[in-house]
Amino acid sequence: MSDAAHAHDDHSHGHPSGIMRWLTTTNHKDIGSMYLWFALIMLFSAGTMALLIRAELFQPGMQLTNPDFFNQLTTMHGLIMIFGAIMPAFSGFANWQVPLMIGAPDMAFPRMNNWAFWLLPVAALMLMASFLLPGGAVAGGWTMYPPLFIQGGISYDLTILAVHIMGLSSIMGSINIATTILNMRAPGLTLMKMPLFVWTWLITAYLLIATMPVLAGAVTMLLTDRNFGTHFFNAAGGGDPVMFQHIFWFFGHPEVYILILPAFGIVSQIIPTFARKPLFGYASMVYATASIAILSFTVWAHHMFAVGMPVAAQLFFMFSTMLIAVPTGVKIFNWVATMWKGSLTFETPMLFAIAFVCLFTIGGFSGLVLAIAPVDIQLQDTYYVVAHFHYVLVSGALFSIFAGIYYWLPKWTGHMYSETLGKWHFWLSVIGMNILFFPMHFLGLAGMPRRIPDYALQFTEFNQLATVGAFIFGFSQLIFLVLVLKTIKGGDKATDRVWEGAEGLEWTLPSPAPYHTFETAPVVR
Amino acid sequence: MKSKWQRVGMMGAALAFSQSTLADYAYNLQTPASQVAQDVFDLHNLIMLVCLGIFVVVFGAMFYSLLKHRKSLGHKAANFHENTTVEIIWTVIPFVILVGMAYPAARVVIDMKDTTNPDMTVKITGFQWKWSYDYLNDDISFYSNLSTPREQIVGTAEKGEHYLLEVDEPIVVPVGKRVRLLITANDVIHSWWVPALSVKQDAIPGFIRDSWFKADRIGTYRGQCAELCGKDHGFMPIVVEVVSEEDYKAWVEKKKGAATSAAADNTRTFDAAELIARGETVYQANCAACHQADGKGLPGVFPAISGAKIASGPIDAHIDVILNGRPGTAMAAFAGQLSDADIAAVVTYQRNAWDNKTGDLAQPAKIAAARGGAAGEAAAPAAQ
Repeated sequence: MSDAAHAHDDHSHGHPSGIMRWLTTTNHKDIGSMYLWFALIMLFSAGTMALLIRAELFQPGMQLTNPDFFNQLTTMHGLIMIFGAIMPAFSGFANWQVPLMIGAPDMAFPRMNNWAFWLLPVAALMLMASFLLPGGAVAGGWTMYPPLFIQGGISYDLTILAVHIMGLSSIMGSINIATTILNMRAPGLTLMKMPLFVWTWLITAYLLIATMPVLAGAVTMLLTDRNFGTHFFNAAGGGDPVMFQHIFWFFGHPEVYILILPAFGIVSQIIPTFARKPLFGYASMVYATASIAILSFTVWAHHMFAVGMPVAAQLFFMFSTMLIAVPTGVKIFNWVATMWKGSLTFETPMLFAIAFVCLFTIGGFSGLVLAIAPVDIQLQDTYYVVAHFHYVLVSGALFSIFAGIYYWLPKWTGHMYSETLGKWHFWLSVIGMNILFFPMHFLGLAGMPRRIPDYALQFTEFNQLATVGAFIFGFSQLIFLVLVLKTIKGGDKATDRVWEGAEGLEWTLPSPAPYHTFETAPVVR
Repeated sequence: MKSKWQRVGMMGAALAFSQSTLADYAYNLQTPASQVAQDVFDLHNLIMLVCLGIFVVVFGAMFYSLLKHRKSLGHKAANFHENTTVEIIWTVIPFVILVGMAYPAARVVIDMKDTTNPDMTVKITGFQWKWSYDYLNDDISFYSNLSTPREQIVGTAEKGEHYLLEVDEPIVVPVGKRVRLLITANDVIHSWWVPALSVKQDAIPGFIRDSWFKADRIGTYRGQCAELCGKDHGFMPIVVEVVSEEDYKAWVEKKKGAATSAAADNTRTFDAAELIARGETVYQANCAACHQADGKGLPGVFPAISGAKIASGPIDAHIDVILNGRPGTAMAAFAGQLSDADIAAVVTYQRNAWDNKTGDLAQPAKIAAARGGAAGEAAAPAAQ
């Protein structure tokens, strides 16, 4: 009797403190913060690798690295940025914001939520530790193409295991997010009234659930080819190396949208707030997001135009890829129409959102160029592709993450961030990023392949420019770190609404949002 | 934002130039040397123009709004948020533009894929890290290695004009002939790419894919491997020499003569100095990329030969590894790549260089005997 009462006390009041609080927490806000901190640490780790790559490429000849270590750097930079920085950052936003935006007290499966997060540091540790193993880290490219991937040492098996663990984490996270959104919305909050960020994450969650098992299958086949004598990807045993590419990109292309749909969601929250005008074409935004997600399953082989497919396949994948430009265009037009005749102000979240719209569109245009199969034959595996996906992932996904952090940080911490530091961070990032990646278009057109540690002399000037941009961009991220730490420690008190034009359930809560919110569901309309 | 606009302006200016000046400009694709490359070049310019037009219209509107519809100018927000007509218009217009793009693109795809009626056929094989060319009509075979000296790469010598884009033996083809390429690989996936000819075809081990080109100008066209293939992916360039019909015939005769004298080497007996000198050359071209010039390898990745059991133990095991490789590792089988004389020389060199002082000599006849045994059917190539 007294034991039972005591246990009940423990449950409602006695939170473990110190490290145990974070290890055992099931609170969506704690877990959201941990995801975001993890992503930031990974961003800086993989960013350091990128700076090493750019330093080596500052001039022709081998200076700082050797070709094998260079390949390790490019491979790990890709893997960690995608699976360690961008995806966990969006999971962090989902954890913090989905319950607050739909009026739910927490996620649907709080314990699984804890487990989904804590798998990630384990996987990251395994990846990072592989640098110390004999032979070094994986050097076969983040796309893990066999037979090259079959040749590597022990770190290749460790990487496969790490990818499995990260995939498991993503699937658990997605099931949690989808269940929360479908079952725990406040009374009156119908699907077509949900904030767009919630919509994009719902669709992303389904993409993850559909494609992560495909990746798991592909890497498992690699594992058995490497260790157990199977021949899935070995022609001598009746397999086909190109089959891996088909399976990988069947995961890989939806993955691209997994990395960008939540970004669309964040930007769709921010632009109406600072335009003080409702989002233009809400319904068409939802339909466009869904169409992009569905089409993303039909375009995978545009990553493989150079493998030598039959004409019919080449044409099919070219047309389906071009088709994706239509719903993507609708989104861009809607954002511009949202700004049109608004009452615009330019706080840091809005600056990042506007830069997102412009620069993501440049990435979209280069995507359209790459969709044209004959042109893609020239540009496949060159720096043009490197420029393209960095415009989409840096000025796209990463800028939206920055925008989202600036937008919601006052709600999370109760303090306003320093607008001066924020603007410095924005301008240095946007200038550095363009100096870094824009010249890569020209390098690719002129014929510089990607993933090479050394290059012919005619590529020197643009490479030097890119390296200068890389260091500006890289070091300006320290401003962001300082800004976040300062905002957590103190700063002007944030109001509950924070932004004049902000709409939505999260802004009805006090700032900072209390540890437990919406224990009684709010009623919408 | 300004920096971006400047560059966008630059791109626009580049597009406005006439084609001939544009072609030499480092802001666009390389000067086309074939009709297909020209078609791709034009296709790229067309799509860039379309993108630029859309960019100007959409972001013109956005920047107008950013300048005029500011709160600081006292602009009050309107409240519209839906308009079905507008939505339909900006779904249909992009669709129509894309259909307009799809038609010319599809024509080029079909043309690029049509490998019928070739005048000659060359089989191309990718290796870690070199290419080999087999002229199926003329019975000529050779390997093509990077010829940039190591000193230029590590920075102890000044870099030459064609740094990293030069080879010891280029592929030579006659101008104006349809050349069909059969492309495959020996170990991992490579990709044979020559930008000026607009050919990029992955070389896939165990499969043969085809492509074609018809160069319409005499000249030297340079490219590189375009698919990550391991450590020296950046160091396996491609050089295509397009020559006149007469020059091509002369080259074919010369190659055939060289092959006959190389075949004679396989039946000769060499002395130690000859074998070691020849072996060092073979070693630098075929082995040093992994096992390093000093024979020490790269710990954990590529094993050492200097002081290793393989080079001091039984000579037959040593020859066997070189002939047949080690399946499942990066160690390739050289039976099909090197002649008996070359293998004899490199074995002798490895057993007498660095810390290895066996004093063993291997003669071409011994390699021929070993092929008959373990290697079985693997036929000896006449020359490297």
